[in-house]
Amino acid sequence: MWCASKRIKKSQLTLEDLRVQRREREKALRKARREQHLTSKRLLRDQTDEEAFLGGNLSQHLLSEQQVLQRIRDIQHGSDEKLKHLTVLRHALRNRVTQLLFIRAEGSMQFLIGLFTCQFARIQMEAARCLHELSHSNDPAVSKACLPATSYLVTFLSGSSAELMELCLYTLGNLSVESEAARHQLLLQGIIPAFSMCLQSPYVTVLEATGYALSQLLQAKEAPQSIVPTVLEAGLTQDILKLLLSDFGESFGMMIEFAWCLHYIISSQVNNVVLISQGTVPKLVHMLTKLTTSPYLGVSGSELLICPLVRCLGNLLTEVDGANKRAIQEDGRVIVALFFFIQKFQQEHLFVIQECLWTLNNMTAKDPIICSAVLHFKLIPVFLQLLGHSRDIVLLVSLSLLTVFLNHLHKIMGHTPVLCA
Amino acid sequence: MIPPELLAALSSPAALSLPKPLPVQENTGRAGTFTPSTVRFSRDHDFFEDGDVHRHLYLEDVLTGIGEVEQRPKVSEFHCQMAGCSQIFDTLESYELHYNTLHRNVCSTCRRSFPSARLLDVHILEWHDSLFEIMAEKTNMFQCLVEGCVEKFKTAAKRKDHLIKTHLYPSNFRFDKPKKNKKYVFSNF
Repeated sequence: MWCASKRIKKSQLTLEDLRVQRREREKALRKARREQHLTSKRLLRDQTDEEAFLGGNLSQHLLSEQQVLQRIRDIQHGSDEKLKHLTVLRHALRNRVTQLLFIRAEGSMQFLIGLFTCQFARIQMEAARCLHELSHSNDPAVSKACLPATSYLVTFLSGSSAELMELCLYTLGNLSVESEAARHQLLLQGIIPAFSMCLQSPYVTVLEATGYALSQLLQAKEAPQSIVPTVLEAGLTQDILKLLLSDFGESFGMMIEFAWCLHYIISSQVNNVVLISQGTVPKLVHMLTKLTTSPYLGVSGSELLICPLVRCLGNLLTEVDGANKRAIQEDGRVIVALFFFIQKFQQEHLFVIQECLWTLNNMTAKDPIICSAVLHFKLIPVFLQLLGHSRDIVLLVSLSLLTVFLNHLHKIMGHTPVLCA
Repeated sequence: MIPPELLAALSSPAALSLPKPLPVQENTGRAGTFTPSTVRFSRDHDFFEDGDVHRHLYLEDVLTGIGEVEQRPKVSEFHCQMAGCSQIFDTLESYELHYNTLHRNVCSTCRRSFPSARLLDVHILEWHDSLFEIMAEKTNMFQCLVEGCVEKFKTAAKRKDHLIKTHLYPSNFRFDKPKKNKKYVFSNF
């Protein structure tokens, strides 16, 4: 059973451990973002396998160079037990030192790629898992050693096996954050047309993995110049919008990935006119409105979907003309939805409030119709409630935006005191 | 608090019409007056820092997960029904994986298996289409193997050169075996 490792970690650690771990990671991520190299990788692992692994003796996975070579020989010669030996190697590859020993062993990567491209499904999958373990490494040498496999990883995206496609996509997503050279290679090997095919997959797992891999590419420094234009040209945004508008069902994780893709594309400010012409604004309005009544709103993590969608709307509102704002003017529910999110996340996720306030600012600026609606709907008390928030940052943001708002209202003669009451 | 009638409107299928706008006095742009404007943020702006960090914590799975993974039911062992194949399976998923890898894109003439429909089509055309060789003498017939590339070449060697130079393919790409090579594609196994 392959799944993201989060579900395993949850059961292994205490709440306090999780808090400490989260604080440390958060600190590291903030530092990385300020230094403009915020990258993360995702790891899929077999759940039952993982439990057995953690329950066993970890030291047995620290291998010497000779032992690594022996593992490779075991796979080469053990015809009946090839799969078993490959699994042993995969477990060993979770160790950083072993990873380095493995990639340095002569012909090891070619050997692994040979197994990965063989026609025995289970061996191929196991070799794909080995590559995935290697792709998760933070050591640039290990990721670089995986690059000869990318032509096959991309080729298999046009295949029919959902399980293999998913694993290839996560591996490609991990490798693509490593270097510009790696991304250049992936683009030349046709990863964007391959994504286009993956977007037609009926499997939610494949779609989520496609969203992950695409979002990894889109976060690259050079994305506005070399990646976003290709993505727009290939028409991927139309497929993404279609998937985001699909029924939520089991696809919440998939939607999170695509919402972030859309945010990276829009905030790159490459050609938002194309996106606006594809009806992105009314579609975002519809999605945000629909989300307020989704049962998934109660699930932990719903802010991960709302945040990028709100950002997309906020940024696009700076570029739309009157005709595109009509979607909001014809159905005021999206205004209510933003206040609904502000109220829902004010205890837990302050960034959502910040971003909803900014989007409200962009919605109301130079638009007396929407301004009037906020007053008429008696939504001002929600703003006022925010002023009492203890967190400095929210206080600052809400104060500044409230100033914007009240200045705006000032123009509406004679009505402000009555409607604010 | 959001008025209850507005909350009810959120779950109603009908659109929520906006009231008639209140009268507006145009701002004459006097010094010191506030002029509302929209604000655009680029993806690296500090404004997005908290949300971005939250996204990356999720990516690294420090957050608790969304959704649960279903257990795959085991079934009684069964054999693959394809002629000449006797592999045994105990889950439908493992059979599906096997079928997709080995039997999905198979050449009906020589039984070779390919990872994608595109590679199978190229193989059938180049290996088993009697007109191919005649046509190849007149026009470029060797299609590039990369998804999204429409280039065609006079010979398999020229295509190989293109794959290496333009697409950074390895020189020994396993699914690009010219016809003269009689060795089986998956000869390692």
